[in-house]
Amino acid sequence: MAEWINTVLQGVLLGGLYALFAAGLSLSFGVMRMINIAHGDMIVFAGYAAVAVVALLHLSPALAIVVVVPALALLGYAAQRFVFNRTLGDDVLRPLLLTFGLSIVIQNGLLQVFSADVRGLDIGALATANLDLGHNIAFGVLPLLVMLTAVATIAALQWVFRHTRAGRSFRATSDDPATASLMGVDRHHVYALAMAIASAVVALAGVFLVMRTTISPSDGPARLLYSFEAVIIGGLGSLWGTLAGGVLLGVAQAIGAKLNPGWGVLFGHLAFLLVLTLRPQGLFPKTRDR
Amino acid sequence: MSLLEVHALTAGYGDFQALYCIDFRVEEGEAVAIIGANGAGKTTFLRTLAGQLPATGGHLRFDGQDTGGWSGHRIAAAGVAMAPEGRRLFPSLSVEENLLMGAYTRRPGPWTLDRVYALFPVLREFRERNGTELSGGQQQMVAVGRALMANPRLLLCDEISLGLAPVVVRDIYRTLPQIRTEGISLLLVEQDVGQALKVSDRVVCFQEGRIALEGAPAELTREQISRAYFGD
Amino acid sequence: MTHDPIPLSESRVARGNRVSLVAAVVALALVIVAASMPWWAERAQLHLITEFLYVLALAQMWNLLAGYGGMLSVGQQAFIGIGAYSLVVFGLHGGLNVFAVVPLAGLIGAVAAAATAPVVFRLSGAQFAVGTWVVAEVFRIVVSNLPFVSGGSGVSVARTVSGMDIEWRDSMTLWVALALGAGAILAVYALMRSRWGLALVAVRDSERASQSLGIDGRRIKWLVYVASAAGCAMAGALIFITKLRVSPDAAFSIDWSTTMFFVVVVGGIGTLEGPLVGAVVYFLLREWLSELGSIYLIVLGTLTMTVMLVAPGGLWGLFTRRVPLQLFPVQRRVRLVDRG
Repeated sequence: MAEWINTVLQGVLLGGLYALFAAGLSLSFGVMRMINIAHGDMIVFAGYAAVAVVALLHLSPALAIVVVVPALALLGYAAQRFVFNRTLGDDVLRPLLLTFGLSIVIQNGLLQVFSADVRGLDIGALATANLDLGHNIAFGVLPLLVMLTAVATIAALQWVFRHTRAGRSFRATSDDPATASLMGVDRHHVYALAMAIASAVVALAGVFLVMRTTISPSDGPARLLYSFEAVIIGGLGSLWGTLAGGVLLGVAQAIGAKLNPGWGVLFGHLAFLLVLTLRPQGLFPKTRDR
Repeated sequence: MSLLEVHALTAGYGDFQALYCIDFRVEEGEAVAIIGANGAGKTTFLRTLAGQLPATGGHLRFDGQDTGGWSGHRIAAAGVAMAPEGRRLFPSLSVEENLLMGAYTRRPGPWTLDRVYALFPVLREFRERNGTELSGGQQQMVAVGRALMANPRLLLCDEISLGLAPVVVRDIYRTLPQIRTEGISLLLVEQDVGQALKVSDRVVCFQEGRIALEGAPAELTREQISRAYFGD
Repeated sequence: MTHDPIPLSESRVARGNRVSLVAAVVALALVIVAASMPWWAERAQLHLITEFLYVLALAQMWNLLAGYGGMLSVGQQAFIGIGAYSLVVFGLHGGLNVFAVVPLAGLIGAVAAAATAPVVFRLSGAQFAVGTWVVAEVFRIVVSNLPFVSGGSGVSVARTVSGMDIEWRDSMTLWVALALGAGAILAVYALMRSRWGLALVAVRDSERASQSLGIDGRRIKWLVYVASAAGCAMAGALIFITKLRVSPDAAFSIDWSTTMFFVVVVGGIGTLEGPLVGAVVYFLLREWLSELGSIYLIVLGTLTMTVMLVAPGGLWGLFTRRVPLQLFPVQRRVRLVDRG
């Protein structure tokens, strides 16, 4: 019994990481109606960046966050402004194929620079620190930290969306870019800003990923799939929904892995397909389709 | 120097030309009404002025600056605001948030949230509600209020009366003089010729992409307007 | 100014012209030359052309779905894998002649597509793309965990062809590949020239508008999805006849999608000529760059991105902008009959 509680608990905390993965995707899809196929690869890229920063600048992993997050935010802004924006329009194929190409480039670029060996980040005792609740129930401190970060990040993003001028412009542009430009909103800048924020979250997720586990250059696509599944399960347009989606996905994967080591990811996929079949709008949908 | 100067303007959609060589001007503080049948090019003209549609020829000068190739958001920042055809409120935003969106450019001026609520008191009750829950007339008030929040020099109103009951239309038009007192210039596209004549200093009639008639309301006869409106 | 309307009886809908006739003759000649290769070509050349043909077939199937159908799938490898495992189940375990497995694989692929359609069709656009990818992953993981097909480590299917004379095997493989490659082009060509093809493009361009004309968008999309899957499955069976070893990671690999994307996008999406051009470019690049390993893939990815940014119609699109040409005429033009 305690084993199952532990499993579910681990799944919930894993969900925090998935929510962090997915929040950036949720944001960029919400504002720009664009799915960045390279999303997962950007997470992995951030992880490698953290590894490089720690190795080259001899910083602690925590300080690596301070370097990697703004750097990736800047990169994201530039990529959206000067590259992705050119393909936005009515044709859905163009941004998808563009970012698919980017995904290939990032994966193989990482392969060239770092080789296929797995890399990790040494965080000392934090990696194995446990919180014991008694009755044989325990969970890791790092996963808890990640979950708390996910909750805080989503709360912060929600606040930006609801209560700031920029957040309003995101929502307005998502609704109706033409009318938003009548109000003086520069669509290209808004998209780039949204991508910058999404990239910052992606960077955070990447650093936590490489703290929790080792990474290899081809890990990107799987992260994209988990992010996408969390967003769809939770419901488009709702960041808290994405959190719920991440948790559900994490729990499904944990249960699957407990039943059979090869079934973890499969159960996640099946949960996604189940939600898609029974409740395609997700658990807490908010967006209306244009 | 006029606030808005248009010379030999042409514009269209792909192969279809909607405007042919338009000469037009709006003086500071003026209220000009554009009338004409459907498809005459009125909305196309406003959209070109607002930068939503690129002009294919001619000159456009606003406040002394050549705005010919400017994008929509740049023209908005320069002081042109529009209440677009069909209201186009943002469905994800509340009434108040829609109004706040109007103030995005943060242009200085007398129009604030409180003043808009003073102009359209009914909106204060609905401030937290979603725009789609309001009646057509109330949505139109939001659209106009949103444009006012930009503290524009020139306010473009596209078909305010469309789909609204005459009583409601009259209520909205009654607020126009208050808008003009601060010096905002008005350019209205109107289906309702009667209202257009009542509220404007000058009327321009479009027909198939060209200006067919122009003059002060007092100077124009019913027949002249009819002929210009419908063509020969 | 108004013109007198031209009576319908004095105009007709025309498709072909002289160029397409020449192209048809050239194409037929090429097919005959290819079919004759077992008698004069070396083994390495045979294998290369076989590979070219099945890549072409895959590309045409993906182009049918994405270019003509407007449905971008990142999961066609699901059906390639099904084709591969049809080989394992019916060829290896069932003892069926490998070449007979190819059409059978097509059938199984079609059934699998019909089964997954209700789920993936709940998504559209970018979401549909990722959704199909998830489905492919589900297939991969399930197959990995099936001991019956030797699961994750893979299985050799060499036994299925061990009795065959090697020259006969190579020839037959080439001819099946030719049937698939040329057949794919012919099938898409026939479809696009038919009423169905017109309906398909109408649905792709505007589902709502075509609905108002009485076109059932869902049915057409379903048919195209199933057809594309069948084609991919047949190609998948053939591919692994040449590779002789089937593993889930190879059979359901995303690399198949990457190849299909590249060939179609760089060649010219939404045209029949595009995948042909793209396949040639793909094989040329592989000739020149494949020793460079990941740099080769970086080049492919960069090329895909560049095309999307600068020339979304691909190389064929760039060419036809200068020279309006249709080798496979599928466009309909209203031609005025000479009044004189």
